[in-house]
Amino acid sequence: MIAAIVLRALDRGAIAFLVTLAAIGVIVPLLNLLPPVTSSFYLSSYFVALLGKYLCYALLALSIDLIWGYCGILSLGHGAFFALGGYAMGMYLMRQIGTRGVYAHPVLPDFMVFLNWPELPIYWYGFQHFAYAACMVLLVPGALAFVFGWFAFRSRVTGVYLSIITQALTFALMLGFFRNNFGFGGNNGLTDFKDILGFNVQAPGTRSALFMISALALMLGFTICRIIVSSKFGKVLVAIRDAETRTRFLGYRVEAYKLLVFTLSACMAGVAGALYVPQVGIINPSEFSPANSIEAVIWVAVGGRGTLTGAVLGALLVNYGKTFFTSGVLAPYWLFVLGGLFVAVTLLLPRGIVGTVHHWWKQRSQLRQVEHNGGEARSMAPAPAAE
Amino acid sequence: MSMDPRTTAALLYLDGVSVSFAGFRALNNLSFTVEPGEMRAIIGPNGAGKTTMMDVVTGKTKADAGEVYFDGSYDLSRLDETEIALLGIGRKFQKPTVFDMHTVEDNIALALKGDRRARKTLFWRDTGEERRRINDILDIIRLSQVRRRVAGLLSHGQKQWLEIGMLLAQEPKLLLVDEPVAGMTDAETQQTVRLLKEINRERTVVVVEHDMTFVRELGVKVTCLHEGCVLAEGTIDQVAQNQRVVEVYLGR
Repeated sequence: MIAAIVLRALDRGAIAFLVTLAAIGVIVPLLNLLPPVTSSFYLSSYFVALLGKYLCYALLALSIDLIWGYCGILSLGHGAFFALGGYAMGMYLMRQIGTRGVYAHPVLPDFMVFLNWPELPIYWYGFQHFAYAACMVLLVPGALAFVFGWFAFRSRVTGVYLSIITQALTFALMLGFFRNNFGFGGNNGLTDFKDILGFNVQAPGTRSALFMISALALMLGFTICRIIVSSKFGKVLVAIRDAETRTRFLGYRVEAYKLLVFTLSACMAGVAGALYVPQVGIINPSEFSPANSIEAVIWVAVGGRGTLTGAVLGALLVNYGKTFFTSGVLAPYWLFVLGGLFVAVTLLLPRGIVGTVHHWWKQRSQLRQVEHNGGEARSMAPAPAAE
Repeated sequence: MSMDPRTTAALLYLDGVSVSFAGFRALNNLSFTVEPGEMRAIIGPNGAGKTTMMDVVTGKTKADAGEVYFDGSYDLSRLDETEIALLGIGRKFQKPTVFDMHTVEDNIALALKGDRRARKTLFWRDTGEERRRINDILDIIRLSQVRRRVAGLLSHGQKQWLEIGMLLAQEPKLLLVDEPVAGMTDAETQQTVRLLKEINRERTVVVVEHDMTFVRELGVKVTCLHEGCVLAEGTIDQVAQNQRVVEVYLGR
C-alpha cells in the first residue's frame, strides 16, 4: 500500500528532480574530497558549506510552499520554526564543547559561566544526547506550530491577519532570544562549536557528510510533500485555499486540515534549521528576524508557489544571487535588488518561474490535443437534464 | 453531536428566529417549517432575509433568539457548519462556488459522501464504487464530456450544475439552493427545473429564487419573506394575489 502511495506521488518530473538532487548530493562532496586542491575539478570547502546552506534554505522554502502554495496559509514567521530547530541543534553542539570552552567548565557553556550561572537551566537538560536533541528539533517547532495553529485556525484567523500574527510570533521570539536571562546566549547566540557526534564540525569530511544529509533531507521533504499534495488530503488543501467556506459546507473540518499541515510544515522548517546550524557554525536571534521569514516567502514566490520544485529552485537562485551581489561592489544595493525582484516577479511572473513554465507547457499540450481531436466542438455542448 | 428527543415531524423547523446585524434586524421572529420530502420555494424582495435564513440553518450565522431544529431532534443553533453539513444539509451558494483549480470530477470526488477526517483522506485510494458514483452524477448534470476540465473554465451555467452535482454527491437529506437560475438562459432554466424536480424525488429541497417564472414552473408551495418574517405562504397564485405581497414585492 505504501509503495502504491509513493508511486502515485512521484511522477516523471518528481523523479527527475530527486535524481538531480541525489547527484548533487554525491558529486559535490566527492569533488571536494577526492581531487587535489590544485585540480580544476576541486570544489572548496567554502563552496560545499555555502551550497549546503542553500539546501537548508530550500527545505525551508519547501515547507512554506506546502502551506502557502497548497493551502493558502501565508506564514510570514516561518523563520521562527527554522530558528527553533537551529537552536535545538545548537544546544546539542554547545554541550559537546565540554572543557574545551574558554572557561573550561565541564557542563556549563561559556556564556553561562560568564553570566555567573551556578548550574544548567532545566530546559538545557538532555541536550548532551544527540537523539534527545534530534527529537527536540522536530518537537519544539511542531509543538509551537500546533498551539499557535490551534488558536489561530479555530478562531478562523485567515489571510493577511494570520500573516501579521505570524510576524508578531517570530518578532516576539526574537526579542526573547535577545535577552541574556532567556538562557540561549543572548545576542551572541550559540557558536564556537567543536564536534558533532564525535566528528570535528570544521573537517572537510564532516562538512561533506552534512551536505549529503542536507540533500537527503531535502529529497525526503520533497517526497513527503509530493505524497501529501497528490493524495485526496492534498486536494482538500487546495479546496480550502480556493474556497474555504465551500469546503466547510461540504463537511470538511477545515481547521483540522490546516493544523495538521501547518504543524508538519513547522517540523520540516525545524529540520532545515537543525542542518543549517552545524554548517554555518552559529545560531543567533537574528535568525528570528521578520525580514528573514519574508525573504523565504520571496524565494517561493520567485520559484513558483504550489509547485514544490519551484520553491527549491527559487531558494537556490535567490540565495546564489544574494551571495553574488553581496560579495562585490554591488553589495550596498542588494536590498534594492531583492525588493525589485519581488516587484518584478509579482508583476511579470505571478506564477513564478516553474509555475510559468508549467502553465506554458500545459497550454501547449492542450492546444495540440485540440488540433488532434479536430476541435472541442463535441465536448462543448453539454446540458443537464434529469431523465 | 447533540440529539434531543424528537419534538416535531418537520424536517426543518424554525420558530421565532431573530438575527440582528449592528441594529439591522435581518430576521425578525421568523417561523416556518418544511416537511420531509417537500420542495419549497422562498421568495421575497432584496433584504427580506432569505440568505440570512440559509446562513442560520447552515451554521454560518448564529441566531440571537429562536429555535432551529433539523429532523426534529438536532438543535442547529448549537452546531457549526461542518457538523451541520455532516448531518445532511447541503447548500448551494448564490454565486456558483466550485473549486476552480480542480477538475470537474475532482470537484465531485471531494463532495462525495464519505469519511472526511484528515487521516482518512491522506491514505485514501479510489475505489470502483466511488468511480461509478462520480460517473452517475456527471451523467445527471450532463458534464461527463468535460470531466477532466478544470472547473474554473466552465461556463456560468455549467458551474451552477456542477455545484448542484456536488450537492447530490453529498447525499444530503435537505438541499438549500440559493438562486439556482440566476444568470441562466431560458433553456438552461428549463433544464434546471427538471433537475430540481428529479432531485426532489428523494430529497427535501428549499429553493430561494427571485425569478417568478421559474418559481411558477416549479409549482410548489411558496413562502414569501419580507423584512425578516413570513408575509404569506401558499401556492404561487395565492401568494401572488395576496394584497400585501403585491404591495411590497410583486407590485414594483
